Order: sequence, then structure tokens, then C-alpha cells
Amino acid sequence: MINVHDILETIKMIDEEYLDVRTITMGISLLDCCDSDIDRSCEKIYNKITRLAKDLVKTGEDISREYGIPIINKRISVTPIAMLVAASGGDPVKYALTLEKCAQAVGVNFIGGYSALVQKGCAAGDRELMESIPRALAQTEHVCASVNVGSTKAGINMNAVELMGRMVKEAAELTKDNNCIGAAKLVVFCNAPEDNPFMAGAFHGVGEPDCVINVGVSGPGVVRAALAKAPKDAPMNEIADIIKKTAFKITRMGQLVGSLASERLGVPFGIVDLSLAPTPAVGDSVAYILEEMGLQTCGAYGTTACLAMLNDAVKKGGVMASSTVGGLSGAFIPVSEDAGMIAATRAGVLCLEKLEAMTAVCSVGLDMIVIPGETTAEVISGIIADEAAIGMVNSKTTAVRVIPAVGKQAGDELEFGGLLGSGPIMKINQSDNSVMIHRMGRIPAPLQSLKN
Amino acid sequence: MRAVVSVIGKDMVGILAKVSVECEKANMNVLEVSQTLLQDMFAMIMLIDITKGNTSLSDFAQHMEEVGKKEGLIIHVMHEDIFNSMHKI
Repeated sequence: MINVHDILETIKMIDEEYLDVRTITMGISLLDCCDSDIDRSCEKIYNKITRLAKDLVKTGEDISREYGIPIINKRISVTPIAMLVAASGGDPVKYALTLEKCAQAVGVNFIGGYSALVQKGCAAGDRELMESIPRALAQTEHVCASVNVGSTKAGINMNAVELMGRMVKEAAELTKDNNCIGAAKLVVFCNAPEDNPFMAGAFHGVGEPDCVINVGVSGPGVVRAALAKAPKDAPMNEIADIIKKTAFKITRMGQLVGSLASERLGVPFGIVDLSLAPTPAVGDSVAYILEEMGLQTCGAYGTTACLAMLNDAVKKGGVMASSTVGGLSGAFIPVSEDAGMIAATRAGVLCLEKLEAMTAVCSVGLDMIVIPGETTAEVISGIIADEAAIGMVNSKTTAVRVIPAVGKQAGDELEFGGLLGSGPIMKINQSDNSVMIHRMGRIPAPLQSLKN
Repeated sequence: MRAVVSVIGKDMVGILAKVSVECEKANMNVLEVSQTLLQDMFAMIMLIDITKGNTSLSDFAQHMEEVGKKEGLIIHVMHEDIFNSMHKI
């Protein structure tokens, strides 16, 4: 018989430590929906998504009940819509409205892929799509947008960086009556992964199969609980081992759920994204893991080192548990979604500069950070450029998801509710950088040798 | 196919009987039972065969959760694969 201790441990992880499968995301290619007529294109999209994903939510719920594992979100990612705009022309917002209709028809929480990949330059459809993002996000509820502005191989497209600074601000302004939620559904990437199941940055890359199931696991609470049992004088390598073992178990659960979902839906299994994704629930926080390692508050000196080790150990444990690890995989540090990060920001210990350093070693980037509404588009572009540079030079994914809180100042708070949480507005450096941002052009790709 | 029924709660007369009756009603055979008492807390793990069950595992799990709530017990019914995958290499 299965070991009683193992059974009770699993139940405790789920009941008390918030272990869950964060998302089952179905990736759907829309390349065969391209049409020179935008209305026909939208019709094909609606038919394809509602055909492939009609059982997605029910399958997720069934697995959740049978196996006793909470599966929080069921989502869809699609081919970057800019590619369809390239063929059809017309107002890209029509695609956003179609995606919204699909999301409501199949009952998913989010649908990602209102995206453009412009790291080296804009092709037909890219600029139109980027400029339509604020309107698309204001008119829809479930659609998420992302833009890839840089990569290690291509460098950084500064024209896109400049534009996206304005778009982030506009997205917030168009939704100012709804907590500026538009900006919370928009991510600007460098080195965006094509198989990421997590929102808001999920899209279905062109190298992916027609339809695929990706799973994102979570479990910061479980890692924290495991570390809490370790003695305070345990050396860091032992802490890393504990994280690895815990990550292994979490990932195995994700692997099981993913393969079950893929079998039941008759869709190939893609990847397990073994990210530690926090939620605002107390105890489900990445910041608390770092604090459990021995920091008084997340943001104290030593935070970057702890996060680097956490990120690496999570991957090491997870890779052993699944042969198909992908997506973002690592530790997320979304400020408004993490009770510990919110507390650290309120206490004034965690600032944007520290977060920026942390993004050099975590799995994504500056995530869910609320900034004062008066911040200029150029300053936002500057944040994007800095973050993209970190990703480009370190060959890693970085991203920016900042929310300018229109009409509010540093020290106020924005309340999104649900998984997006609430965010204290962070004081940021408003020093002028407009000459640099308006230079536009490209930052050339970095050298891959002579690494110092 | 097998599932694990775990029952946790304050010890009282007839817990084992109540859970067994529910298994019988669902035509699920009890294969193994292990129980421990930690002071006055009762923890029972039951391995059941669900192949010939007359109800789906998800419905049974939901039903048992409700039965548990009525009795002040926490009852989980979970497919055994979850434990095999998490705790065995």
C-alpha cells in the first residue's frame, strides 16, 4: 500500500499549503484561420477555438475532482494575432472581440495571444496590432496581450520599446475607471518563450504543433513549509536540496495532470511549466520563501542571492520530474500578487531597483508593479529597455508588466481583486530620459563570447 | 483502478462503519485499511477498488466530502496515481 505518511503529506500540501495546478492552457494555432477578409478570418477563429476547447474547462474540473488537486485556471493561448492581421488588414480589435467571444463561449479565465513579435522589426500587421492593444484591452475582459521587443539573438527594437511605453500608459488610461486593469493584461517581453502557459504573456508560438496542452504548476506555500522545518543553521546547499525535492513532487503532479488532460482531450501534451507562482493568499508567497531562508524582509541584502538559488533549485528538481519542462519555469515575483512582496513594498524595503536586480536571476521580470499615474511614457519605455537589456545579455526571459495608476500618487494603493491582488504604488525614479528613448533604432545583439 | 479515501477528524464511534457503508453503496470494494489515533484525532486511510463502482469517481469524491462535513470529518477521495506520481520515482 502507498505509504500513509506520503498520503497525509500530499493532503496537507493541498489543504494547508496551497498546492495547486495553476493552469491548464490549451495552445491553439490559428495559422490556418488566416484570410484576406477579416470577418471570415474571425469566423474561422471562433469555429476552431470553440471546437478544440469546448471540453477544456469540464476536463479540468473532472480531473480536479477525481484526483483531489485544485486546478485553478483553464486558459487558451493562440498564435500571435499580428500574423493574422498581416493577412487580413482591418481593425485588429475585431480579433480581440472574437477572442473574447471564444473565451466566454468555452468558459476559460483568460485567452492570450493578442501579441506581436517585433524583436528585430515590424512586419505587416505588427504596428497596427501594437497600437490597438489599449483599445482591445479596454473593450475585452479575458483577452491578454504581449509584445516581444527584444531577444539575445536579435537585440532590442527601440522603436517598439518607445511605442510600448506609450501603449502601457494608454492601456491604463482607457481603463482608469476599472483600476487601470488594461495595463495588468499587457506584458512586454524580451526572449519570450513560445510555450508559456501563464498569463498575461501566453501565446502559441509558430514552432508549436496545431494544438497542445501545457500545464503550469505552482506551490510557493509548499516550498516555504518545507523550508520552515529546516533548522536555522542548515547550510544553503541543504536548503537548495529541500527545494529540489519539493519541486520534484510539485512537478510530478503537474506532469500527471497534463498527461491526463492531454489524453482526455485527444491533444498532444506540450510542457510542464514549473513556476512558483504566488497568489495574494497569505502563505502562498515567494517573498515568504526568501524570508524563510533567513531574511527579515524580502528586499534585504541577500535577497537576490536567495532568489537565484531558489530559481535554480526549482528547475533542477523539476527537470528530474518531467521530461518536457518548458515555458517560464522558475520563480515569479509579481508584486501585487504576492502577500510578502506587498508587505515588503509597504515597509519601504522592496524598491524598483532591488526588483530589477532580482529579475536578473528570477524566471521572468518586473511583474505587476503599480507605479504613479504621472509617470511619463518615456520613463515606462526606459523601464522596458532596462529590463529587456537584462534579458538580452543574460540569455533569459525578462518582461515588464507595470500598471500606471492614473490619478494616484506613490503611497496610495490599487485594488484589482482576485488573483491579481492589490498593489501599493511604488515610488520610482522620474528622471528624464526622453532623448535616449526618442533615438529609436535598435540596440545590436550582444556578443556571445568573451563573457565577463 | 484504485483510489485512496482519507478520513481525518475527532475520534468517535462508527467512523469506519459509516465510510464503509458509503463504499458499499457505490459498489467499491475496500482493499486495505490503515488507521491511527494521534491523541484524540483519528486518521484513517482506505484503499478502494473503483473499477466496478456504480458512480463516477468525481461524484463519489464530492459525495464523500459532503458526508464528511455532516459528521465533522475531513474526507478526501483521490485517485491513487496522484500519490504514486508524487512520491515514487
